Amino acid sequence: MEFKRIGVLGAGNIGVGVVTDLVLHGLCTVVVDVSDEILASAQAAVLNNVRCVPLLSKTLPRITRDEALRRMVLTTRLQDIESCDFVIENVTEDWKVKQPLYEAMDRVARPEVCFGANTSCISITQIAGATRRSAQVIGIHLMNPVHLKPTVEVIRGFHTSQQTLDTLLQLFSVLRKEAIVVDDSPGFVSNRISHLFMNEAAFVLQDDVATAAQIDQVFKQCFGHKMGPLETADLIGLDTVVRSLDVLYESFHDPKYRCCPLLRKLVHAGHLGRKTGKGFHAYPDE
Amino acid sequence: MHTPTSESTVAHPENAAQVKETIRRFILSSIRMARLDDDANLFESGVANSLFAVQLMTFVEKTFAIDVDMDDLDIENFKSVNATTAFVLRKKGHLGD
Repeated sequence: MEFKRIGVLGAGNIGVGVVTDLVLHGLCTVVVDVSDEILASAQAAVLNNVRCVPLLSKTLPRITRDEALRRMVLTTRLQDIESCDFVIENVTEDWKVKQPLYEAMDRVARPEVCFGANTSCISITQIAGATRRSAQVIGIHLMNPVHLKPTVEVIRGFHTSQQTLDTLLQLFSVLRKEAIVVDDSPGFVSNRISHLFMNEAAFVLQDDVATAAQIDQVFKQCFGHKMGPLETADLIGLDTVVRSLDVLYESFHDPKYRCCPLLRKLVHAGHLGRKTGKGFHAYPDE
Repeated sequence: MHTPTSESTVAHPENAAQVKETIRRFILSSIRMARLDDDANLFESGVANSLFAVQLMTFVEKTFAIDVDMDDLDIENFKSVNATTAFVLRKKGHLGD
C-alpha cells in the first residue's frame, strides 16, 4: 500500500512529534485540532523540530522549512481526513473525548482506512468498539520525542486483524521504526509500569525524602536511565500523566495507581511540565 | 525545584569570561548539579540528554543574540561548557580574549 496522506488528529505535544516524524520521512499530513491557535502553535513546534534535527540525529532525513510546510495541511474540519490513507489519533486521554471522535472518524474516513490509536492507557478494544471497523483499529503507543524514538509499542485490540497490523508495519517501514506488538490491557506494558515509577517518585518528593533533582539523578546515574521519572513526567505532560493514572486506577481498581496529591496539585496550578515551562523542574528557555 | 538563570539577568555579556560564566551557570542550573568540569561532555557522561542540546542552543541564541545556522547545528558545538563558549565567541567574532 502506498501512503500518500496521513491524518493526524490532535496537535498537542505528541501530535507535534507525529507530524514531525511523518514530514521528515516525506509523507504529507492533514493535521486536525479544535482551534487555529493550537494548529499555529503546532506548526511552529514542528518547524522547530525539523530545524533541530541535525543537532539530535545523524540518521534522520534533513528537510527544509518549505518542504515541511508543503507537507502539512492544518485544519479544524474533521471531514478533511476523508482523503487520508491512514489516521493517527492523539487527542486527550479522556474517553468522553475519544468516543465521539472515533464515531465521527468512522463516518468520515474511507471504509478501508485503518485507525492508529495513540493512546496512553485506554483499551484499544474499547476504542475500536466506538467504530464499525473494529478490525481496523490498532494501538500505537508512540513516545516522546516521536521522531527520535526508533521503536514503538503496538497494541492489538481484541478484533484487530493481521491485515491492519501489516498495514501499520508498512507505514513504520517508511518511518524506519520497529514495533513491539503486545496484547491489549489498560496501560499496555509501558505505562502500566512507568506510571508507577512516576507516581511513586512524586510521593518520594512529597514526603521530602529527596529533591526532584536527586530522584532523577538516582535513576540516571545509578540505573543508567536516560531520564529520571520526574523529568519523564515533565516531558509527557503532568496533566496527561494524571489522566493516565486515573484510567489505570479505574481499570484495575488497584490502589497502587492512586494519583499522588502533589502531582495533581501541580496540574491544578498549571505546572504541566516542559510545555508550560514548569513542572517538577523548570524549563525557562523551551 | 530550581530555576535556571533567565535571559533577562544576563544582559548580553561581552567578554569571554562573562560568556563562559553565563553558559556555565545556565548548564549547571539546568542539569541541577553544583559543579561540572568545563570540558566534561554533557551528553556522553549522561548528565544531560540530547534534548538539552536544543535548550542550550535556544538559550545561547537568545542570550547572546546570535543566529545559529544549519551548519552550526552540530552537537560538538554544545557538548560542554568550553565547546559552547568557543562556539558563541566564534559567532560573535571574538578571536579569543
